[in-house]
Amino acid sequence: MISHLRTMWLVFLHLFHKRETIQYPEEKVAMRPRWRGRIVLTKDPDGGERCVGCYLCAAACPVDCIALQAAEDENGRRYPEFFRINFSRCIFCGYCEEACPTYAIQLTPDFEMAEYRRQDLVYEKEDLLIDSQGKYPGYNFYKMAGLSAGVKEKGKGENEEAPVDIKSLLP
Amino acid sequence: MPRIYIDNMPFEVKAGKNLLEVCLSLGIDLPYFCWHPAMGSIGACRQCAVKVYKDAEDTKGRIMMSCMESVKDDLRISVCDPGAKAFRAQVIEWLMTNHPHDCPVCDEGGSCHLQDVTVMTGHDYRRYEFKKRTYTNQYLGPLINHEMNRCIQCYRCVRFYRDYAGGKDLNVFSAHNHVYFGREKDGVLQSPFSGNLAEVCPTGVFTDKTLKEHYTRKWDLTNAPAICQHCSLGCNIIAGERYGQLRSIVNRYNSEVNGYFLCDKGRFGYEFVNSENRITQTLIRHRAAEAVDEQTLMNHLPHILTGHTVIGIGSPRASIESNYALMELAGKECFYQGLPDNQVFLEQKIADILSAGTIHTPSLKEIEQADAVLVLGEDIWNTAPIMALAVRQSVMRTAAAHVQEQVPVPGWHDAALKELAQESKGFLANMSILSSPLDEIAAVQVHGTPDDMARLGFQIAHLLNNTLPAVDNAADTLLHNATMISQQLLLARHPVIITGTSSGSEALIRAAYDIAAALQNEERHPGLAFVLPDCNSMGLAMTGASSFEKALAIVQKNPDVTAVILENDLYRNIPADLVDTFFSKCRQVVVLDTLHNRTTEKADVLIPVATFAEGDGTFINNEGRAQRSYQVFMSPDKVLKEAFKWLFEMKVIRRAISNGHDVHPDEMLAGLERAYPQFKGIADVVPSHAFRIHGSRIPRESQRYSGRTAMQANKAVSEPKPLQDDDSPLSFTMEGYRGMPPAPLIPYFWAPGWNSGQAVNKYQQETGGALKGGDPGIRLFRETGAIPAYFQDIPDAFSPRQGKWFLLPQYQLFGSGELSIYTKGIAALSPEPRAILSARDAASLNMATGDLLSVQTDNRTYQFPLETRDDLQDGIVILTAGLKGMDALSWGTWVNLFK
Repeated sequence: MISHLRTMWLVFLHLFHKRETIQYPEEKVAMRPRWRGRIVLTKDPDGGERCVGCYLCAAACPVDCIALQAAEDENGRRYPEFFRINFSRCIFCGYCEEACPTYAIQLTPDFEMAEYRRQDLVYEKEDLLIDSQGKYPGYNFYKMAGLSAGVKEKGKGENEEAPVDIKSLLP
Repeated sequence: MPRIYIDNMPFEVKAGKNLLEVCLSLGIDLPYFCWHPAMGSIGACRQCAVKVYKDAEDTKGRIMMSCMESVKDDLRISVCDPGAKAFRAQVIEWLMTNHPHDCPVCDEGGSCHLQDVTVMTGHDYRRYEFKKRTYTNQYLGPLINHEMNRCIQCYRCVRFYRDYAGGKDLNVFSAHNHVYFGREKDGVLQSPFSGNLAEVCPTGVFTDKTLKEHYTRKWDLTNAPAICQHCSLGCNIIAGERYGQLRSIVNRYNSEVNGYFLCDKGRFGYEFVNSENRITQTLIRHRAAEAVDEQTLMNHLPHILTGHTVIGIGSPRASIESNYALMELAGKECFYQGLPDNQVFLEQKIADILSAGTIHTPSLKEIEQADAVLVLGEDIWNTAPIMALAVRQSVMRTAAAHVQEQVPVPGWHDAALKELAQESKGFLANMSILSSPLDEIAAVQVHGTPDDMARLGFQIAHLLNNTLPAVDNAADTLLHNATMISQQLLLARHPVIITGTSSGSEALIRAAYDIAAALQNEERHPGLAFVLPDCNSMGLAMTGASSFEKALAIVQKNPDVTAVILENDLYRNIPADLVDTFFSKCRQVVVLDTLHNRTTEKADVLIPVATFAEGDGTFINNEGRAQRSYQVFMSPDKVLKEAFKWLFEMKVIRRAISNGHDVHPDEMLAGLERAYPQFKGIADVVPSHAFRIHGSRIPRESQRYSGRTAMQANKAVSEPKPLQDDDSPLSFTMEGYRGMPPAPLIPYFWAPGWNSGQAVNKYQQETGGALKGGDPGIRLFRETGAIPAYFQDIPDAFSPRQGKWFLLPQYQLFGSGELSIYTKGIAALSPEPRAILSARDAASLNMATGDLLSVQTDNRTYQFPLETRDDLQDGIVILTAGLKGMDALSWGTWVNLFK
């Protein structure tokens, strides 16, 4: 009997608690930055495309919804010729982001992607590429990588010595 | 067999092997870099360390390099010992101090031996805080890319390029931790085997530049076991496709044929499959709308096939199934080879010699193991490059074997054997019309006309067996060379004689046969190898069909002929005026081909067919080995099917009979075997199309294959049903049996932890040995043990004629191929057409190098820039043969030259 009365009292008290229900969509949801929502492709601090077309995101994707083709510009810089995500298959697991060695592919706190036609959920590179560094500012893969692709010359990287003079026999 | 203990487990192992080979053969994962099964050990990389114990009581042991240690009875070693493991991890950590941070943009990533070994040793965290060494790269030509920062100094590249393949322009420069692998300065790599650097290099220093144009990771390719289409050797290849394009060719190990290596023509000559020049539509010419759909074509075909005489022109580059289907359509009597009389005669002679089975025909592996080689008038460097590589190995190995007789050094001990052998070489006599890169390692080089070389051959045969006639009026040099060569051949136990059809001389074939027959006795087992022009030349020759000239005679007699031409550009093999006459006399011409060419222009009905990548087919190589090439991918274009399927449908129309079934390649082969007993055994070349393992097909795609639900989502978001044909046990998907398939069905080499091509170790019975279950392919010719009958018909010596020159062809590795020329890199390396005369002849014509020489032959006049050479005999003129768009000429005839 006491237990019943206690329960009714607690329920009554809830009338005075703060409401948890949000009046979506009039009221927007506050999202955490690490929420795994809509996938974007970001740019490096110098405004270049971060994606180098390494295919690791596609390989990591458990539903195989990423397809791309790598291409190379005249400086030897790799970029995706096309980059396609089929969001009607995507499960927002974030493995692609984990696999990405250049911070190019990132999941964003945006889940508002509903479409009337499934075909509209196929995003091409133009739909994915944003003009921002996303969650990981400051990283430019080509400044760290050992090859020259028009970003820095050989030996000019942060952790590189000047190229070896192969004609020299000095120690 | 010695018994050794690995981590206290006893194993019976083969004597004479080193510990690394033994461990890998037993399936133990032991990392390595510098050792290569085809090149032996040098102990440079220090990666394959194991602990070796003195005896059962020894607990301390000492670290040794397993690749430098021979197997001994009761040897105790440990692979898993913590000390050995720590040593291996440390070596990798050192190597990685300078390795650049660029796997994402490295073409080797995903098939990288360095990645595999790094993971295998467990190194995963960089402790080294200092800067990385860098190098500048070099331009190495249109086929190979150079990224020197990735180098781990294992020396495999120079050991392959210089020691194994005999190249000169790649070397190691500089000193200590600055060593650099490259050329003296930027430039195209000269060796025709340079493409193997991409596979030999354990990391991404040398990579395939043609793959870079449409880069795809290994795990994303749809692969199938295929057969190279560019010469008669039938090298085994793995062809990979992505997004409907053929993307790369890598070596498919077959211990009997190509082993670990391919030539650049085979590796890079695949781009014709993706060419814009492909025929993709069925055409009926002389209509308002020429492009028609399949149904219209099928309605049209009865008008031209029934009620008329149908003749079939076969092809040396089409599969045996397609040629057989055409024989069935046209009838055996109305099937012709589409090659000139002389060529058909030569190839028939070779097929007859092989089917008589009196003399053994060596595989490429047996050529490598020969202890004396005589190349009689065939430029194998250009017409059969992997055979030239095998000949080089024979020369080097014979020298090493001589050393081993005196000093007990094991065969895998590469550095020691090289040091002891120095410049000594095994015996090679190289006879060719012009000088060849093989001359460098040849003890005897002879350059001359085919008839003179044949005379030398007959003189050798005479010296070997004095019941054979001697050559009369022989020059002193001929006698001298013959004595020297015959003495060396008599010393050998497994001599090999090589000749071929490229110089168009039947006398050479007879001479080669007589030499081999004269050598044969109880102790000596000679081999006689022939080189033919195309990938299925042997198959076509075995049909015994007549030449093009016979077909022409039929057409000239009978005005009501429909000619069905199968994958054969007649203008490449037969003088243009004969072909023009042929087409003008035919009532209707049906052409089935892959690429537009001069013959397809003459077609009234043009039917597109699949290349080797889009269709199945069996090809018979120069030694009579039938090998299946499996379809790599399915073209979304339904009309692009194998020629034999089209021809079967045409037969159903013509004969108005059908059993209502699809015809699978294995059923075609069974039919071929029934109708033509010379092909007996060919139906067993591969498992039947209904073969399954545990009810599953074998997947062409890896389990990592990506993008299934996005690849075609731009066209339609609902994924289409995966394409499937029922011609083979291979599926076009990633679903299926994941274990080890039978050897003929291996679509790619992969094993857990071994993503690079080095995974082939797991597929072999022992390292460098046959694939598990035996190498694929079936030899159709069997040795009968019959007594060989000599030919003995010695030709007269060549004598120049006044005002006439003897016309001979020069084939080029890059350029003379009908299909490989569609690869941009190969086209860039293809030489300009030219005419070659001896310096004296050029002077008599009052001409110099660079002048335009007019050559009058086959009722036409052609102009070529002239080159003069001192090594050429007077009285002959040599023209570059087989270049794209060039007319076929009547080789071996006398022509007029003028300024």
